[in-house]
Amino acid sequence: MQKPVTLTTTRKNFHLPVDKILPFLIPIIVILFWQVSSTLGWLSSSVLPSPMAVLQDGIKLTVSGELPKNLSISLYRATVGLLIGGGIGFVLGFINGMSNTFRLLFDSSIQMFRNIPHLALIPLIILWLGINESAKISLVAIGTMFPVYINTFHGIRSVDPDLIEMGKSYQLTKSQMFFKIIFPAALPQILVGIRYALGVMWTTLIVAETISASSGIGYMANNAEDFMDMETVVLCIVVYAVLGKISDLVAKSFESLLLDWQHTGRSNA
Amino acid sequence: MNNSMITIKNVNKIYDNTTALHDVSLDIKQGEFIALVGMSGGGKSTLLRLIAGLEQPTSGSVTINDSSTDSLMRVMFQEDRLLPWMSVLDNLSFGSKDKNTKAHARQLLDLVELGDYANHFPNQLSGGQKQRVALARALMTDPKILLLDEPLGALDALTRRKMQDLILDICQKQNLTTILVTHDVEEAARMADRIVVMKNSTNSYEETCPKNRNVGQIGLVADRVLGEILEEPTLEKQTA
Ligand SMILES: Nc1ncnc2c1ncn2[C@@H]1O[C@H](COP(=O)(O)OP(=O)(O)OP(=O)(O)O)[C@@H](O)[C@H]1O
Ligand SMILES: [Mg+2]
Repeated sequence: MQKPVTLTTTRKNFHLPVDKILPFLIPIIVILFWQVSSTLGWLSSSVLPSPMAVLQDGIKLTVSGELPKNLSISLYRATVGLLIGGGIGFVLGFINGMSNTFRLLFDSSIQMFRNIPHLALIPLIILWLGINESAKISLVAIGTMFPVYINTFHGIRSVDPDLIEMGKSYQLTKSQMFFKIIFPAALPQILVGIRYALGVMWTTLIVAETISASSGIGYMANNAEDFMDMETVVLCIVVYAVLGKISDLVAKSFESLLLDWQHTGRSNA
Repeated sequence: MNNSMITIKNVNKIYDNTTALHDVSLDIKQGEFIALVGMSGGGKSTLLRLIAGLEQPTSGSVTINDSSTDSLMRVMFQEDRLLPWMSVLDNLSFGSKDKNTKAHARQLLDLVELGDYANHFPNQLSGGQKQRVALARALMTDPKILLLDEPLGALDALTRRKMQDLILDICQKQNLTTILVTHDVEEAARMADRIVVMKNSTNSYEETCPKNRNVGQIGLVADRVLGEILEEPTLEKQTA
């Protein structure tokens, strides 16, 4: 009886790190290959600077304060834009999901507006608001509003009617009905919308900052391009990738925190 | 003792162009256990939903003869309809933080022999366990009327039998007025005081079951009721 027990523990010890390491394997190989190619001169630095050069550039810009400054302004625009857009999207999705009258009044207009690619509004918004903060924040807000709206709306509309009937037969109050049944049932779908909105948020910001800004990561990249500063251009791309990955991780951990009941399946128990 | 609890008078229910119920009149006494049986689409669920107040009759009246309000009636549906995001305990109390409510919920979980499962989520339970949670939930507010719409349909024969006994026991001890919708005439004959056959959208036949019945009597009642539903000569008639 002793042996199988020791066997399973060694197995566990052997398996766990592999799960953690495996996702990083390809990025590490790519970076190594990239570095080796640059060092051996296969890859000209005018085409693509080496990872070490990009890293050094990053350190230099961090020390000079330029990177932190632009990073924080970009983060600020992204967060405020998402909060405004996501907030409006959620409220509209909630109202239209709960009330047929509001749905008839608003939904088709919203759907029509949604079909305009929001980046097409850049010239109009620059004309209206100039190139100050409100222009970029509005663009992010418009871009993130729709995914949150649509997913909140659908999440609420597709709550299992059997559960709603159950709630009625148990005489739940309107607010109990919403907080105990409708909102938790719609939450997975709402979170899908938020995760999608995070993607839209970064794309919109990159484009907006590249086209018209005097600060932010997008501006940094655009400015570096004017000076043929390859290292900084690549650095900005890397920063965007990292930011995207971080926001995805934040969204994922939110999901597993809020939807823990989904992970209590019998297989895991 | 013999006062009626539920009075259904000339009830019609018409959906668009389907007549779900046609001129149904039925009187159900306080403490009585009624089984509603009949072919699929016969209007059993519709009648139950009208009694539960989840829908209104097209004409006629459904009267509940009891002055107490909200917690009077509880429905147990064919599916468990538990909230997957709440623990078993919270499903009973709808997440109430009230100490007495929680204590009551724990008592009922003990009653359905799920005391150890209070903090499990529904997807960690078996089908029979979920139905027991649903039963406990239906009993939370000490209802006087229990409406059961094929609650045991999805269970295996053994679990089903245990649930039947549990429900009977609870209904007798708490003197509940119970309406059980079922496809299973055997189940009806085992559990009910009175079996009502729903056919062609109306209650076409009734059978009062003997008290303290034995297996043979259950079989006979079941056979007679089945004959009524299918309009076939029954064993008794054949041998007579
Ligand atoms: N919401 C509805 N809209 C339209 N027709 C309905 C509705 N509910 C029930 N019906 C119709 O009413 C009739 C009776 O349905 P009901 O659900 O009461 O039957 P049932 O006896 O419970 O059947 P089963 O044993 O299959 O559950 C059926 O013909 C059904 O199609
Ligand atoms: Mg039915």
